Amino acid sequence: MTQIPKLAWKGVTKRFGDRAVLDGLDLSVAPGRSLVIIGGSGQGKSVTIKTALGLMRPEAGQIELDGENIVGLTESQRRKLFSRIGVLFQGAALFDSLSIWENIAFRLLNADGVPRKEARERAIEALEQVRLDPAVADRFPSELSGGMQKRAGLARAVVAQPEILFFDEPTTGLDPITAAAINELISHQVRRLGSTAISITHDLASAQTIGDEIAMLHGGKIVWRGPAADLRTTDNPYVRQFVEGRPDGPIAHAV
Amino acid sequence: MAAGEAARKVAVNPIQALGRSTLAAVRMVGSVGVFAARGTAAALSPPWFPGQLLRQFMAIGFFSLPVVGLTAVFTGAALALNIFTGGGRFNAEQVMPQIVALGITRELGPVLAALMLAGRVSAAIAAEIGAMRATEQIDAMRTLSTDPFRYLVGPRLLAGVLMLPLLTAVADTIGVAGGWLVATRVLEFNPTIYIRNTIDFLESWDIVSGLIKAAVFGFIVALMGCYHGYNASGGARGVGRATTHAVVSSAILIFASDYLLTTFFTHMS
Repeated sequence: MTQIPKLAWKGVTKRFGDRAVLDGLDLSVAPGRSLVIIGGSGQGKSVTIKTALGLMRPEAGQIELDGENIVGLTESQRRKLFSRIGVLFQGAALFDSLSIWENIAFRLLNADGVPRKEARERAIEALEQVRLDPAVADRFPSELSGGMQKRAGLARAVVAQPEILFFDEPTTGLDPITAAAINELISHQVRRLGSTAISITHDLASAQTIGDEIAMLHGGKIVWRGPAADLRTTDNPYVRQFVEGRPDGPIAHAV
Repeated sequence: MAAGEAARKVAVNPIQALGRSTLAAVRMVGSVGVFAARGTAAALSPPWFPGQLLRQFMAIGFFSLPVVGLTAVFTGAALALNIFTGGGRFNAEQVMPQIVALGITRELGPVLAALMLAGRVSAAIAAEIGAMRATEQIDAMRTLSTDPFRYLVGPRLLAGVLMLPLLTAVADTIGVAGGWLVATRVLEFNPTIYIRNTIDFLESWDIVSGLIKAAVFGFIVALMGCYHGYNASGGARGVGRATTHAVVSSAILIFASDYLLTTFFTHMS
């Protein structure tokens, strides 16, 4: 492959005490593609995202964005970098002291210096993008259902039209119908913006809806990677066990 | 069994255990110091968040007025009674107004206002920031290109340093008024002479030194709330722990720094 990947983990190792949660992880995603990382709990999915976001620092290896290493950036370099990145957190992570529109416009108001009136207009546009009633703009996060909070979180992630989007367990804790709606919204937004997307999930339906490609993480390494369509046909024993949900196989019981 | 083995190791090597806890204490002092430096730098350099600062002025300053005022009035009243009866043993009842004024402005005003703030504000800050940590709101803030030190920590430190001296000024006034109330209503002092004695006796340094103390205490209270909240881990239980640590460490540091500052001021004059 001659094309420079949008984002690449190269030999990334992250330890907690004696345990290597990421053990020389090699993974990359091409510009404009949507990669979904699947894997059991405690296999390092969250850590993979957190190292790329600079919320955790790996002990070894490089993480490259457009071919340039982003491990160990200074705070101000990192702040600049974040203007190209949008993140949807697992619990939406909305600021509960701010109204929904102020949440969505947080970056515009606090980092980009956009005037309040314009920021509000852009927040309301983003609300419409995620099919939320503009009337919720002045409500607070605690007044919204879990699914609505996820939508608001998605609106906050896409409002500044980022190049790269991260989705941390986007459907966890949602009922199947709401989850399907969120999946559909995510893939729609990613396509609309032409962004590169990296998601982590253990929800296979979600993985196949939002991913072009799927990679399976186990023991801090990628044990399988392929097109989303191949997830259910591959004979990789790890993937087979995960997809079929069998307790016996190469993946030992999670503690 | 692992626990039994651990217990045996501690018993066999108490020096190791002592070393470990010493190292932990040193590490703690270091991380609080770094946190304080980062927080102060964030409070003193742009970008500022005026909305956040105003919110903290209200939360830390304005809404603490009732609790600080009530504490001060009762303390002033009780102090007046105690000094009057105690002073009576060597015919010194008449200097009670001066002693109440001195005790309140130099010591009790700043310390009691700070302790009330440790309970009210330090705990609230630790719980709020701790919950934000637990629900990934702090991580989210960073990904939105906003430095949590500037947005969360800086305004709270600034509000603590600026608001506690104001609250202390109020506590001083109300505390002296509490003493005056008891003196004039219960102990039959002359109201005018009481106030004249207080004003003639007090030097501006008595008040100013108390206000300087208050600024330091305000920094401590806000810092401990922010530090323990920011470093909270382990969900709801972690937030509870952070709150307890914030209040306890604020209180201890208030007393310790009170003694140090008083010593320093005594040597200065």
